[in-house]
Amino acid sequence: MPAQEKIGQYRLVVGAHYGTAQYIIQRVTAIILAVYTLILLIGFLSMSGFTYEGWRNLFTFDMLGLPVGQVLATLAFLSLAWHAYIGIRDIWMDYVKPVGIRLGLYVLSILWLAGAAIYFITIVWGS
Amino acid sequence: MAESAVKPRKTFRNISVPQILSYRLPPAGQVSILHRISGALLFLALPIIILPLFAKSFVSPAGFETISVLAGFTIVKLIFLILIWGYLHHFCAGIRYLVLDLHIGLDKVSAQRSARIVLGISLALTLVFGLKLFGAW
Repeated sequence: MPAQEKIGQYRLVVGAHYGTAQYIIQRVTAIILAVYTLILLIGFLSMSGFTYEGWRNLFTFDMLGLPVGQVLATLAFLSLAWHAYIGIRDIWMDYVKPVGIRLGLYVLSILWLAGAAIYFITIVWGS
Repeated sequence: MAESAVKPRKTFRNISVPQILSYRLPPAGQVSILHRISGALLFLALPIIILPLFAKSFVSPAGFETISVLAGFTIVKLIFLILIWGYLHHFCAGIRYLVLDLHIGLDKVSAQRSARIVLGISLALTLVFGLKLFGAW
């Protein structure tokens, strides 16, 4: 191996950096979820008593006539689904070696999370 | 590297479940495996437990009331508490990983210390939620 192809002492680093993209997406979605968790927590703690109206308002509040609550909740949920897919994919990659079973689990995981996202969106955007 | 310098290392392949259970992980290892377990738990619970409860409580005042009544049962409280622990552990451990990604606290001593802090804080917060859930105040 020519010296200029080596990174570090032993490894030849190859590929199109798809893994790097996944790594960064996992962290960016994590930060989005952490921030949204804090927004919900602040909203929750500033409620005067735990009522149905207050609970609903956490996810449906308007600002300047715009459905900010719903949009934030939806963006957070899409981040959650993407974050969860990367994490669960890591688990399958670590423990499931046969390629066919692994591919099947990837597909099922995507359907599981896409179903959850559709379900969540219909709940939050339903009247 | 000279060949003679390479010492043959013991390898442990395909260890069995009892071996895994008797294997004492360091704190960072415990945080890591619990991060994975809590993530998988939340993944599984999301569409079949968390979202149906959320939907019921969100869609109508009567549904909200139903969930409030349901939350009075001890078994439901325990399910809530497990999910709350899962979320809190995943959250705290996740913050730790983000900090480690910034190359802060990578040395052995501080990494093990921060792992202990994560385990402690998530259990302490779970205890707070648990006391609230079981009506301590």
